[in-house]
Amino acid sequence: MSQQLFTNLAIFILSLLVGFEVMSKIPATLQTPMMSGANAIHGVVVVGAFVIAAEANNVALYILAFLCAFFAAVNVAGGYTLTDRMLHMFDRPKASKNDDGGDK
Amino acid sequence: MMSTLQTAASLVYLISAICYVLGVHLMRSPKSARNGNLLSGAGMLLAVIMVTIELIVQGKITAMGWLVLIAGLVLGVLYGVIKARRVEMTAVPQLVSLFNAVGGGAAAAIGIFDYFHMPTGSSLSLVFSIPVLLDIVIGGTTFSGSLIAMGKLAGKISGKPISFPGARICNFIVIIAMVVGAVLIIGFPVTPWYLGLVLLASLIFGLLMTLPIGGADMPVVVSLLNAFTGLAVAFAGFVINNQVLIIAGALVGAAGTILTLQMAEAMHRSVANIIVGGFGAGATGKGAAASDVPVNVTETTADDIGLQLGYAHNVMIVPGYGLAAAQAQHELAELAKLLTDSGINVNYAIHPVAGRMPGHMNVLLADVNVPYDQMKQLEDANSMFEDTDVSLVIGANDVTNPLARESGNPISGMPILNVDQSKSVVVIKRSMSTGYAGVANPLFSDDKTTMFFADAKTGLQDIIAATKQYLD
Repeated sequence: MSQQLFTNLAIFILSLLVGFEVMSKIPATLQTPMMSGANAIHGVVVVGAFVIAAEANNVALYILAFLCAFFAAVNVAGGYTLTDRMLHMFDRPKASKNDDGGDK
Repeated sequence: MMSTLQTAASLVYLISAICYVLGVHLMRSPKSARNGNLLSGAGMLLAVIMVTIELIVQGKITAMGWLVLIAGLVLGVLYGVIKARRVEMTAVPQLVSLFNAVGGGAAAAIGIFDYFHMPTGSSLSLVFSIPVLLDIVIGGTTFSGSLIAMGKLAGKISGKPISFPGARICNFIVIIAMVVGAVLIIGFPVTPWYLGLVLLASLIFGLLMTLPIGGADMPVVVSLLNAFTGLAVAFAGFVINNQVLIIAGALVGAAGTILTLQMAEAMHRSVANIIVGGFGAGATGKGAAASDVPVNVTETTADDIGLQLGYAHNVMIVPGYGLAAAQAQHELAELAKLLTDSGINVNYAIHPVAGRMPGHMNVLLADVNVPYDQMKQLEDANSMFEDTDVSLVIGANDVTNPLARESGNPISGMPILNVDQSKSVVVIKRSMSTGYAGVANPLFSDDKTTMFFADAKTGLQDIIAATKQYLD
């Protein structure tokens, strides 16, 4: 049991360090998409929704599993879609003038 | 020993974790950013497929379990995707805040689930109770806090710092309740209302933490809450012993922290100051600063602005949130193109916190095909103002306020765009109202400044029409 805790703790701390290292010096231009992108990544909590849904066996737990799945799915699906939409505007060719328009 | 399934799962989760790290790494440059996000999304898909296979092979999940899981996922994906596709680019910050809230909520739900799943009266090991507690406290706080932040960014809740008498005492009571609940959960056998106490205290704490923070500081808070959600997800990973949650959560926790610090630095505010103080709280000089400034301003017309622009060599556009709020990016890009086509040098001076989040203005301008190299960041822009004939300030206020260079007011020390150094300044603004910080702007009454009171969209349309007369 404590073996497992220490393994998880080591993973946690090393991942924090990787995060600090990977993220330093983000150009201001990309901070909004980056925040949105990081936001999408914590949508990984959706994996947890699967895990608890497998354990649910009474009404209260089913409701919690449903809420968790719904919340996590909004986070992950919305997060990636939004980030992609923003980044798409940075890499589209300059020549194509307002093909689809930003707003209606 | 691990079963084949566990081994396969661990390997797949490792691969998806690598995808997130490489994805975030690629997102640091505008060229590779989109691929980075897609790589991270691919990692996510891989993890979801793997956990689905695990559930099927284990066969433990009930039919009802599948039903609630699939219903939740389908509804959530539909809602999230529709929201993300339809949102106006100006409303991105509040949507990020919403996604953040639900992420925190989902993480908290995992902690609550696992506590309730323990039989009432059984005692918990620290290895279990501490991560559950951290998960619920952080997840609950970020859930309610992000919803308030969303309301403030969307203008549904006043952007002004909200405080009430006895707020400190409330904070104190909530923290005490949280600590008591925590001790009960850690030290005593499982009892549902212990958890109810901690959850309620965390939700109220999120409200109390976010309400007193002013709209101008909201981007920093959203970023901080984003980091919190990451940590909550990591602790949820400890609770269910799933490494991909721990890795991704910690990654976002660290990334969010760095972004928060960078943003706070751009606003010259410390994070602790923002959270503890609220914007301008304790600055009794606030009212004084506002009344010190004379309101003698010179008004101008679209025709005069057209003339000024038509005969300028270097024009610097300073866009602010007013531009975004009026949806006037297209008109602005049209005016800029008109000037550029006549050989006038046009650039955009973008303050790090122009718009509602760092980089938000860049997103809005990229949306209307403004060339990347015309967007000048704070330092580059400030070195160009002395050679600028006309600075066109559109819906920006606090980020141009020279009072920031003086002490004793709420925006003291905030880095600003030195618009007042250019040869002439034209400000398009709807009224003389102050910006988010609530400080009057002496730039507006400067001798070389003229004011054009109009909505950014109609104002720019008039200016475009006027400018056309003086070109070609």
